[in-house]
Amino acid sequence: MSQFMELLISGLSLGCIYALIAMGFVVVFKATNVVNFAHASVVMLGAYLVARWHGSLGFFGAVAVAAVCCAIVAALCDIVLVRALRRRRGSEEVLAILTIAINIVLGTALAREVGTDLLPSGAPWKSDVTHVLGVTVPQTRIAAAVVALVLMGLFWLAFTRSDWGVAMRSAASDPEAAALSGIRLGRVAAGAWALAGALAAIGGAFFTSFPAAGVNNTTGLLALTAIPAAVLGGLDSTAGAVVGGLTIGVATTLAAGYQDEIAFLGRGLSEVVPYIVLLLVLLWRPSGVFGTREVTRV
Amino acid sequence: MSDRRRLIMRLAAGALVLLLLWLPQYVEAFWLQTGLFAMSAAIGAIGLQLLVGVTGQLSLAHAFYVAVGAYGYCFLAGGEKLGGGLDSPAGAQLPPWLAMILAVLLAGALGALFSPIAGRLRGIYLGLASIGLVFIGQHVLFNAKGITGGFNGRDAEPFSLFGFSFSDTNPDSFAVFGVPYGGLERLWYLGLVLLAIAWWYGRNVAQSRPGRAMQTIRDSEIAAAVMGVNVPTYRAAAFTVSSMYAGLAGVLLALAFAHVVPASFGFLLSINFLVMIVVGGLGSIGGAVAGALLVSALPQLLDHYSGSLPLVGAPGGEGLQPADASNFIYGAAVIAVLIFAPGGLSGLGRRITGRRRVTPSSINPEPKESTT
Repeated sequence: MSQFMELLISGLSLGCIYALIAMGFVVVFKATNVVNFAHASVVMLGAYLVARWHGSLGFFGAVAVAAVCCAIVAALCDIVLVRALRRRRGSEEVLAILTIAINIVLGTALAREVGTDLLPSGAPWKSDVTHVLGVTVPQTRIAAAVVALVLMGLFWLAFTRSDWGVAMRSAASDPEAAALSGIRLGRVAAGAWALAGALAAIGGAFFTSFPAAGVNNTTGLLALTAIPAAVLGGLDSTAGAVVGGLTIGVATTLAAGYQDEIAFLGRGLSEVVPYIVLLLVLLWRPSGVFGTREVTRV
Repeated sequence: MSDRRRLIMRLAAGALVLLLLWLPQYVEAFWLQTGLFAMSAAIGAIGLQLLVGVTGQLSLAHAFYVAVGAYGYCFLAGGEKLGGGLDSPAGAQLPPWLAMILAVLLAGALGALFSPIAGRLRGIYLGLASIGLVFIGQHVLFNAKGITGGFNGRDAEPFSLFGFSFSDTNPDSFAVFGVPYGGLERLWYLGLVLLAIAWWYGRNVAQSRPGRAMQTIRDSEIAAAVMGVNVPTYRAAAFTVSSMYAGLAGVLLALAFAHVVPASFGFLLSINFLVMIVVGGLGSIGGAVAGALLVSALPQLLDHYSGSLPLVGAPGGEGLQPADASNFIYGAAVIAVLIFAPGGLSGLGRRITGRRRVTPSSINPEPKESTT
């Protein structure tokens, strides 16, 4: 039982990181209807920049600067590459293919930069652990959970209370009406991408901190695991991103923790579990748990 | 298109076919190997084109079905080696031609099994769910060691038909015009025949009544349903046919490699197939073949000529790696195609030859004004 509690708490804290990354995914989809595969390499970019700069700027400074850089890169992706196609009303599939191509270029460039190195993220908590309710939890994970909860709270406030939130919600629900009432769709869209980029950088920094070893050239592929998290909650639901992230986090951690008990299913099952959960959830609810069902009026 | 132009096009196509038939007389093994990869990729790309380009169902699971075809063939045709190792993977020891057909059917059956999920999911959710299949497939390939050979993979039984083996032996010395035809030369012709069948069938599907129905589903599912197209059945059928194509591509890939390993059937392969059809031009069968040729041959060529190209370094050495270089080129090519030339290679080809695609709207370009 204590092992189960330990795995559960560890899974929830990992889930918070997934939720952060998935949230960026959802924000972009809500604002621009783009499934952003390039998000995975932006996560890796954030983690890489933090690993590179934490020596000179300190961990928190590096995270802040990386967040700004990733926000700029993500916004540029939208403004320079995606916007042209979006304006032409490219279908969701074609836009997704475009972001896959961006992901190839960005991911290859990053993998070349990292090479065969393993760069630690330099989080100040190192490998220290704390005992919570008789359960051992790494301190980085506690910090990640706190940061994630604070950011989600801030995001929720901004989304429901601020002018920016109103602009984004109206742009998502009816772009034409929003444009007619003076909302600049281009700015709202670029803002959403920038926000997603910043979230990706913060998520990436924690994603590669203890118990993970650091940034290596497969980090981008691992960050793709946030896609099942975003999808199973529902691509257009921020609450869904949180629930999806926590689900994937717990499922992965449980599969890794009990791998001796489930050894008959093969080794390395924890890497596949997110996708199995995704398929099962989508069979049950085809638009994710909290996703808007597609209704078409004729 | 004028008659004269059509004649020139026909002559060019005929010359190309003759050249392809004659090629093993001259070129070395490297080119034949590259060509076989390209043929396998082309077959797979035609299948994905029918699903994504024609029917409009995004799928990232193509690599999974290619793996099913490749491993299916190896399992069905393979068996215990004479004096082989103790833990060589199991096999059904069927004749290779039967194994090829059954492997394709197996891929189709798995495609049909997934189609209830595919039918339930709409649009982008289908593409995202299909990623799951690739990762689950990888897991099975690495772990079902009794059948797949695990990490190290397993050997593919050479193809043979009526006692004629498509390998270096049996008949041991087989020469055409004095040029010895080994396994690769013989496989080259098998690949050409399979590609020709795949192309012909794909064109027929895309341009016939079912193809029109599939295009209508792509453009608007509701309009298709209103017109009397059975949307779920067509979507399931497109998925099944596409996975059978992938299965055939897998069989040819296994024959060309003579050995299959799980690492070649990862998520990257799915993305490569997607790149092929986008670069070739969504919706065009010929474009899929052209895209497949480009995408599958590019890394091999960069690798081969890495010594004499600027910027590209030798594999494992300094400078830009050939694999990375080709990744940059694909990525940039897809972005450029989507933004500047939505028709892809086939669109550019049509622009050059002045050939217009015959679509329902070009047959009847202006809908009649309603007189109210």
